[in-house]
Amino acid sequence: MIVFENVEYVYPNGFKALRGVNLEIESGEIVALMGENGAGKTTLLKHLNGLLKPFSGRVLVDGVDTRRTTVASLSRKVGIVFQNAEEMFFSPTIYEEIAFALNNFRYPEDVIQKRVGWALKFMELEEYRDKSPFLLSGGEKKRLALAIILAWSPEVVALDEPTVGQDILQKEKMIQIIRQANQQGKTIIISSHDVEFIADIKPRIILMSKGRIVKDGPAEEVLTDIPLLQECSLLPPQIVSLTSRLDFLGIRPKLAGPEEIAVEIARRLK
Amino acid sequence: MTIIKSSNLWFKYSGSSEWAIREVNIEINEGEFVVLAGRSGCGKSTLMRCFNGLIPHFYEGEMIGKVEVCGLDTRENPTYILSQYAGMVFQNPDNQLFALTVEADIAFALENLSIPKEEIRERVDWALRVMGIEELRDKSSLELSGGQKQKVAIASILAMRPQILLLDEPTSSLDPFSAKQLIDTIISLNQKYKITILIAEHRLDLLLPYASRMIVIDDGRIVLDGKPREVLDKHDVMPYGVSVPRIVKVATQLKKSLGYSFNHVVPLSVEEFVEILRRWRN
Ligand SMILES: Nc1ncnc2c1ncn2[C@@H]1O[C@H](COP(=O)(O)OP(=O)(O)OP(=O)(O)O)[C@@H](O)[C@H]1O
Ligand SMILES: Nc1ncnc2c1ncn2[C@@H]1O[C@H](COP(=O)(O)OP(=O)(O)OP(=O)(O)O)[C@@H](O)[C@H]1O
Ligand SMILES: [Mg+2]
Ligand SMILES: [Mg+2]
Repeated sequence: MIVFENVEYVYPNGFKALRGVNLEIESGEIVALMGENGAGKTTLLKHLNGLLKPFSGRVLVDGVDTRRTTVASLSRKVGIVFQNAEEMFFSPTIYEEIAFALNNFRYPEDVIQKRVGWALKFMELEEYRDKSPFLLSGGEKKRLALAIILAWSPEVVALDEPTVGQDILQKEKMIQIIRQANQQGKTIIISSHDVEFIADIKPRIILMSKGRIVKDGPAEEVLTDIPLLQECSLLPPQIVSLTSRLDFLGIRPKLAGPEEIAVEIARRLK
Repeated sequence: MTIIKSSNLWFKYSGSSEWAIREVNIEINEGEFVVLAGRSGCGKSTLMRCFNGLIPHFYEGEMIGKVEVCGLDTRENPTYILSQYAGMVFQNPDNQLFALTVEADIAFALENLSIPKEEIRERVDWALRVMGIEELRDKSSLELSGGQKQKVAIASILAMRPQILLLDEPTSSLDPFSAKQLIDTIISLNQKYKITILIAEHRLDLLLPYASRMIVIDDGRIVLDGKPREVLDKHDVMPYGVSVPRIVKVATQLKKSLGYSFNHVVPLSVEEFVEILRRWRN
């Protein structure tokens, strides 16, 4: 379980990016952090593995205060896929990039080979195994970042804007990966502006604005609250926008798939 | 008037065995608003790099064929010249910022072009205002969130006042409100100043209603090219990794399984769809 108790964070230049965050995430949950550019989502995520430590208040990961332990030991439990994937790269080849953390965790060589091979295949990066991470396309870099984390299989997987640069086929796959990892008992924390992506996953949503949590609730409720979304610079999913204007057909705003809505519209048009 | 032209263009990055661009023949007219779509790795960024001279001048590899931008052969003109005509906003804004203050970052390229101080100030103010980031002026570019960096990167290119704006996934790090604002800004740059726009994007919902042309790339080749409405009406673009807006899916479903054809008008925005449904009901 992850607990934030009244967490404040101030960057060295004096900017207060978190202003009293209280939060509990049970293990096995899928949670989405949403909110405007600069709301504090990335800052919050970086507290999960101790990359940033609270200025005041505390963060507990399975009961351990992040200030009383190291990033290295927290990282076994919590893996973060960075917003800017390039920040994670330093190895000459993609293979070595994925193997690096596994080496650090002292897995035997055959296990490392197997895991790296699996991650490369899973993220469709096999053909690039000997290429430099920096020479991948934008979307491929993001997939490599995810492959690195998946290979070491931490209990908590935090994804910072995972769909940036991804095409629809990759996004659909990412949803499968998230579901699958979650079924294995992993906790998934996603920071994302991609409302359509989050609408497909339908997780618990934590809305942030200006360093504070302004709402915490199920996707069906949060993503249909248009005024609230607007306050956080979010637009509702397209289906919600559509259904919120179909009063004249007797349709209520709701979060649903295109097929379901098509059937409902057809029924009302008759 | 043709502003970008490529003839039989091929490109292969050095060290790579595959061609990233294959036989691309394209003509883009002044004032067009073009969306480049296609799966991750299909060659969108590479094609844009061919249009501002980063290819062949910066990226090593083998280029066949010819590209002309505003009448200039990209092989024969250096990038600092080409980039005044075709300004490119990179996919990763970190590669475009220099860790100065935001203001200095935006002025940087202009100073190198020896533009008078007074005009630089005006252009920087304008770019900050257009992007809605005046309050970031004195911040260090390193101390910004992902989306804020993206806005600064775009402002720094806008300040160059290029005739062609090449935007590589410009909204991908922006929150939806900022994305909408940016797209509105791009539309007005296109309409007011006749700047030719080329955008590579995966998120098409907000763009398609305004794009005059949609080009789908697959494995380095142009596979579809036309008005967005026609492309979406005639072709299934999903296999190319192009995300069809959800309302288009609703409309397609209504047409396919339930027989509502809506006179073959594919709705590109929610407003349009609501209008169509209203009319249909009456
Ligand atoms: N290194 C830093 N130094 C100073 N301020 C920073 C730094 N990094 C971020 N900030 C500021 O802290 C605030 C929160 O930033 P953060 O990156 O957490 O936002 P975010 O919600 O992830 O935004 P985005 O959606 O744009 O990624 C922003 O106002 C940002 O300008
Ligand atoms: N600098 C480089 N050196 C070598 N190969 C590269 C380089 N940049 C891209 N590639 C390769 O060229 C192909 C096309 O890449 P490109 O970046 O143009 O794709 P894209 O359509 O922009 O993808 P994305 O949507 O993920 O950004 C990919 O196979 C990619 O791995
Ligand atoms: Mg962020
Ligand atoms: Mg790209």
